[in-house]
Amino acid sequence: MVRRVEVVMGTVVGVDVRDAIPADALEPTFEAFFATLRDIDERFSPYRPESEISRIADGRLAEADAGADVRFVLACCDHLAASSGWAFDARRHRADGRLDPSGFVKGWAIDEALRYLDEAGLRCYAVNAGGDVVLRGNPQPDRGWLVGIRHPTEPDRIAARLEIHGGAVATSALYERAGHIRDPRTGAVPDQLVSLTVVGPELTWADAYATTAFTIGADGPAWVERHPGYGAIAITADERLVWSPTAAPLLSRGSQEVAVS
Amino acid sequence: MGPAVRAGLGMASVALAILLLVGFKAPQDGVVMGAARTSGGSGTSTAGTTSGGTTGSTGSGASGSGSSSTGSTTSGAGKTYDGTVIQTRYGLVQVEITVKSGKVVTVTALELPVGGRSGAISGIVAPILSSEALSAQSSQIDIVSGATYTSSAYAQSLQAALDRAGI
Repeated sequence: MVRRVEVVMGTVVGVDVRDAIPADALEPTFEAFFATLRDIDERFSPYRPESEISRIADGRLAEADAGADVRFVLACCDHLAASSGWAFDARRHRADGRLDPSGFVKGWAIDEALRYLDEAGLRCYAVNAGGDVVLRGNPQPDRGWLVGIRHPTEPDRIAARLEIHGGAVATSALYERAGHIRDPRTGAVPDQLVSLTVVGPELTWADAYATTAFTIGADGPAWVERHPGYGAIAITADERLVWSPTAAPLLSRGSQEVAVS
Repeated sequence: MGPAVRAGLGMASVALAILLLVGFKAPQDGVVMGAARTSGGSGTSTAGTTSGGTTGSTGSGASGSGSSSTGSTTSGAGKTYDGTVIQTRYGLVQVEITVKSGKVVTVTALELPVGGRSGAISGIVAPILSSEALSAQSSQIDIVSGATYTSSAYAQSLQAALDRAGI
């Protein structure tokens, strides 16, 4: 097992490779992976004054003149806004009204960087980017990856466990009172759910759907189900665990039962 | 890596938010206390001492005890470096990193005992790498989704650890 961790994009990103490949041989692959994340951060971070996103927000760069992937990301964000009734809105979720697609970029950046791992022929690995996870392969012959969902109020416990044979798991949650998630429609902090986890094929969408569905609230898991291949597990403000049909078979034994939405 | 990391760490919307065990309410945030664990950072090795991620002093008072293991040790698994201890409204946060061949291989956030709490520390561990430390109903877990860490306290302490490690 070879493991590598870096602080990038404002979070801690770890890669855990289970393929039987020596660490030295993995070095170039890890470098390419993290370099991709750093590059995306430089171009997309609203906290870097010279990023394309900041220049667009300032009016110094027209969107139509921005790079192809910037335009792609913004188009995805606009689509997500329309399909969620603006529960997700990269253009209006910040209190100062500045463009901020970070909620989409974080997952998308990992998927972009993953290409280097896949192209290097890696078949069994786990990537954890600040709690958003991508899994490939099976870590043991007889089981998939066992992914815990962090308990929202007891930091050394998990609330549920999933068995994933490859795919993405993204969780959106408020773990402390002063939340950083705001509903773009109201400006308020969403309060129906404490935590919402999306499982599905790609982190780009698992992450975006998790942020969106958390804001939507109690109807969030049902909204996630509208997207084929994606399911949700949520913990409500009154501490019930709920899950949607696509997520149901992934919950492994020992998880607490509650309601099915 | 310093300036770029600082800029990256400032990215609030992908911010890290750690949930700390609520056992102590501090009157102000962000006050840097004296480290309860002596922090080396100069790379001195202490034979036979390893700084495990979740172990530490057991219930002694927080400030100034300094009686536990040094903050920088060498073990087979690399060198550990401790960041500064930051006080938040939820308690104290300190980040410890393990570095091997110039790369960070483990990041652990430690909660330090305050007010004489007895028993072993239940450290707040970075889910990426220390999931085995989660007691979690004794169930086996490879990885945890849904982490995160208080933006400023964790980032501050982590940056200090990185600075000490010279990364």
